[in-house]
Amino acid sequence: MIKKFDKKDEESGSGSNPFQHLEKSAVLQEARIFNETPINPRRCLHILTKIIYLLNQGEHFGTTEATEAFFAMTRLFQSNDQTLRRMCYLTIKEMANISEDVIIVTSSLTKDMTGKEDVYRGPAIRALCRITDTTMLQAIERYMKQAIVDKVPSVSSSALVSSLHMVKMSFDVVKRWVNEAQEAASSDNIMVQYHALGLLYHLRKNDRLAVTKMLNKFTKSGLKSPFAYCMMIRIASKLLEETEGGHDSPLFDFIESCLRNKHEMVVYEAASAIVHMPNCTARELAPAVSVLQLFCSSPKAALRYAAVRTLNKVAMKHPSAVTACNLDLENLITDSNRSIATLAITTLLKTGSESSVDRLMKQISSFVSEISDEFKVVVVQAISALCQKYPRKHSVMMNFLSNMLRDDGGFEYKRAIVDCIISIIEENPESKETGLAHLCEFIEDCEHTVLATKILHLLGKEGPRTPTPSKYIRFIFNRVVLESEAVRAAAVSALAKFGAQNDDLLPSVLVLMKRCMMDSDDEVRDRATFYMNVLQQKQKALNAAYIFNGLSVSVPGLEKSLHQYTLEPSEKPFDMKTVPLATAPITEQKTEIAPVATSKLPEKVAPSRQDIYQEQLAAIPEFQGLGLLFKSSEPVQLTEAETEYVVRCIKHTFANRMIFQFDCTNTLNDQLLQRVLVQMEPSEAYEVLHYVPAPSLPYSQPGSCYSLVRLPEDDPTAVSCTFSCTMKYLVRDCDPNTGEPDDDGYDDEYVLEDLEVTVADHIQKVLKPNFGAAWEEIGDENEKEETFALATVRTLDEAVNNIISFLGMQPCERSDKVPENKNSHVLFLAGVFRGGHDVLVRSRLALADGVTMQVTVRSTDENVVDVILASVG
Amino acid sequence: MTAQSCPRQHCATTMDSAALEPSLYTVKAVFILDNDGNRLLSKYYDPELYPSMKEQKNFEKNVFNKTHKADNEIAFLEGMTIVYKSSIDLFFYVVGSAQENELMLMAVLNCLFESLSQMLRKNVEKRTLLDNMDGVFLVVDEIIDGGVILESDPQQVIEKVNYRADDSPLSEQSVAQSRSNH
Repeated sequence: MIKKFDKKDEESGSGSNPFQHLEKSAVLQEARIFNETPINPRRCLHILTKIIYLLNQGEHFGTTEATEAFFAMTRLFQSNDQTLRRMCYLTIKEMANISEDVIIVTSSLTKDMTGKEDVYRGPAIRALCRITDTTMLQAIERYMKQAIVDKVPSVSSSALVSSLHMVKMSFDVVKRWVNEAQEAASSDNIMVQYHALGLLYHLRKNDRLAVTKMLNKFTKSGLKSPFAYCMMIRIASKLLEETEGGHDSPLFDFIESCLRNKHEMVVYEAASAIVHMPNCTARELAPAVSVLQLFCSSPKAALRYAAVRTLNKVAMKHPSAVTACNLDLENLITDSNRSIATLAITTLLKTGSESSVDRLMKQISSFVSEISDEFKVVVVQAISALCQKYPRKHSVMMNFLSNMLRDDGGFEYKRAIVDCIISIIEENPESKETGLAHLCEFIEDCEHTVLATKILHLLGKEGPRTPTPSKYIRFIFNRVVLESEAVRAAAVSALAKFGAQNDDLLPSVLVLMKRCMMDSDDEVRDRATFYMNVLQQKQKALNAAYIFNGLSVSVPGLEKSLHQYTLEPSEKPFDMKTVPLATAPITEQKTEIAPVATSKLPEKVAPSRQDIYQEQLAAIPEFQGLGLLFKSSEPVQLTEAETEYVVRCIKHTFANRMIFQFDCTNTLNDQLLQRVLVQMEPSEAYEVLHYVPAPSLPYSQPGSCYSLVRLPEDDPTAVSCTFSCTMKYLVRDCDPNTGEPDDDGYDDEYVLEDLEVTVADHIQKVLKPNFGAAWEEIGDENEKEETFALATVRTLDEAVNNIISFLGMQPCERSDKVPENKNSHVLFLAGVFRGGHDVLVRSRLALADGVTMQVTVRSTDENVVDVILASVG
Repeated sequence: MTAQSCPRQHCATTMDSAALEPSLYTVKAVFILDNDGNRLLSKYYDPELYPSMKEQKNFEKNVFNKTHKADNEIAFLEGMTIVYKSSIDLFFYVVGSAQENELMLMAVLNCLFESLSQMLRKNVEKRTLLDNMDGVFLVVDEIIDGGVILESDPQQVIEKVNYRADDSPLSEQSVAQSRSNH
């Protein structure tokens, strides 16, 4: 009869899962039989299984019903059925957080944990610890200690692992069981060894000396458990990293010796540890790489995967170390596990030669649709790196990327592709049109606002300067019709750039713009109205200032200035010149390619370094009323690296003053320095107005002193100056151990290296996205031109880099990159001179014997032009 | 925008592994699914990983969709290393962090599979598994405790669980009993 019923059940389809249509209320109803005498173990067991199954499916149990079932369950301890008892333990653990008063079972569990039935003891300990809190733990402490050193492995392991879980909650109690854990570690059972080691490490991990001792002991005594070995390797590599110890240390030797362990798990752990060590040399890597190479041909997929993933890691930093494995990797590119194949190919792309690129790309495109997004991103990263290495391959890559762009995929994946295409466009001008075309196609169906706006911005920047700008208009205007507000606004801005750059497109752009003025969104309408009015003026200068080259001020700075302005209402209009400039242009031209995976979108615009300095300096009373901080230099070292005192200087430039900030560190632990200042002797007409000493400089705590200097007012062209610097201070000797200083001290001084102020300190970098427009905007009123011969410079690259670092101006239009095999080059530089004068430099370079350079300078101020030319010469 | 709506996205692409903090906590999750991807058993040991039931089930769906077609043993999804194995109409998964030693996870998976295979007398299929669900819960409990590998030797697991798969499965018994009750 049973059989018959079963069959019918199966036919109806629901019989395949006897738990499928369980109802919580029905099951709880059934649980009432727990109270029946005598207990029917089979039925009770089945009901408990149902309850655990329901909990596992995510069924919600209310506190009352859970507590009721829990209390009924406690009666089942009267039965001696083994499986039933074990299921009770499981129920206790599952319900520990949903039922009330679970501690009611404490005595039953304690009885089981100390009883004669070994099968119960381990699981009872684990269940007991699950419902125990710190106060109750002390009550069972005696039993726990006994259990840890119990000769039955399952009891000892259970006690050790449960102790580990409780370390978080009751560290102080568990700490007292160290001796027991120590004893357990010498057990013959491999799992007990492993668990004891784990607990000991967790208890001691903040005491490096104790960890080192423990590790020494266990590496000598030789544990048997492969898991314990893996744990020891991790502890050893962590110690190595913390101590920054050299690789000749015994810890490294231990890890290396594990490469010869008989367990693959340990060998792999050791190889992986070596590969992940910072500053590993090729020689140290070699043995690790060769075991990984062996694993590449393992029949086990997990081992091949582990090996090739680790090799991929090595190839990022040391491609040459992996070259020996190329053959083994080649065998993996057709691996049926696509993750392995992808990793093998991307590793080969890093290590292989240019000739193999086409073949590998073809291979990978055959299965790219089958792999997960995570690996697709790995592929894109490999392509990115490859494009930098072999720029000539960009057409193959571009083709491949555009196909990937058409596939399905998540945001991270698409972003990686878009970033990669953009970087190819920027590196290879000849790929610009194909790249833009692919991106245009992509935004036709792009669900990611961030990417759409990014691409629209790029189209606005690059599109107008292509041979046929009109073909992009359609793609852009489609966005205005179809997309969300943010994308529509970006599209309007892009359109405006086409209108401003191309006169013949202007009428049509104006028509489109007029339609955008009807948009339902404020931002879109505002932008359209604004651009409409600018464009209708048909003035190059206006276009340059308001369409091509946006704000060059720092956004937090602008926010602060505007806030200040609203606090102190004045008759004067708000002056943009009073806002600090953005120190690092946010729209840097070069997209960083490597960290595609790690780049995080900054949530908020963090205050720039300069904003921080501005605030720090304003807090010093002597420096009130200097106005706005114009520029802060990078720190200049005024001492050798390992001297008694380490001093570096940051130069802060204001409108007509400079502040020198000396960051000093005292590296002598037997001295306390007081009243520290740096005396400065200028070579030119600079005048030191004021010194602000650092009151006290204890051992290894950096402190700052300042000098305020007036710039020469009568000669605006005197921008460079050399200062000889001497640090003066009062020394008080002190006890190196206690740091207690002597009562009296003596004056002393210390000669520092000379400090140079150059023209670069007076100029702030500003990026002009459209240099040509900015050049026209300034006009030739103050233009000057001169030709120089740079006899000592041998290449154009060197010349370009010298000029940029000397003038401290921002290269525009990617003109800092000199194309290969060219004899001439034009470099565009933009900046703002102290006092808020725009300055632009166009430098034509020609390579003959040396480099000949024709420099043209334009600025809003005549003096500035002279300053630049004078300093170049 | 999308980045914010998927809080785990940032992990999804970082296959880079920083040095691993030495710890016994090895297993992030373990689950057994049927051939439609339905959960039969799952345990999550890291409370920060998919805290809600919805996230867990989404993760399981995603893992199932990416793995059920090809028996590839190992995959990397949502920033997790996943080792898996299938048998007739069942799929067994063990999940660890991206940095975890893949072979340790394999040891857990093999132990789980071997233990169940012995317990179920080599009938590792959905129906037998469900008929002996109490034994399955106990096996998992003996292999992993709160993310720590408690035992990796199937023989030991079987001895500790000491469970006899019944010839007349429990469900039939209970069906018969519930019928007699009516």
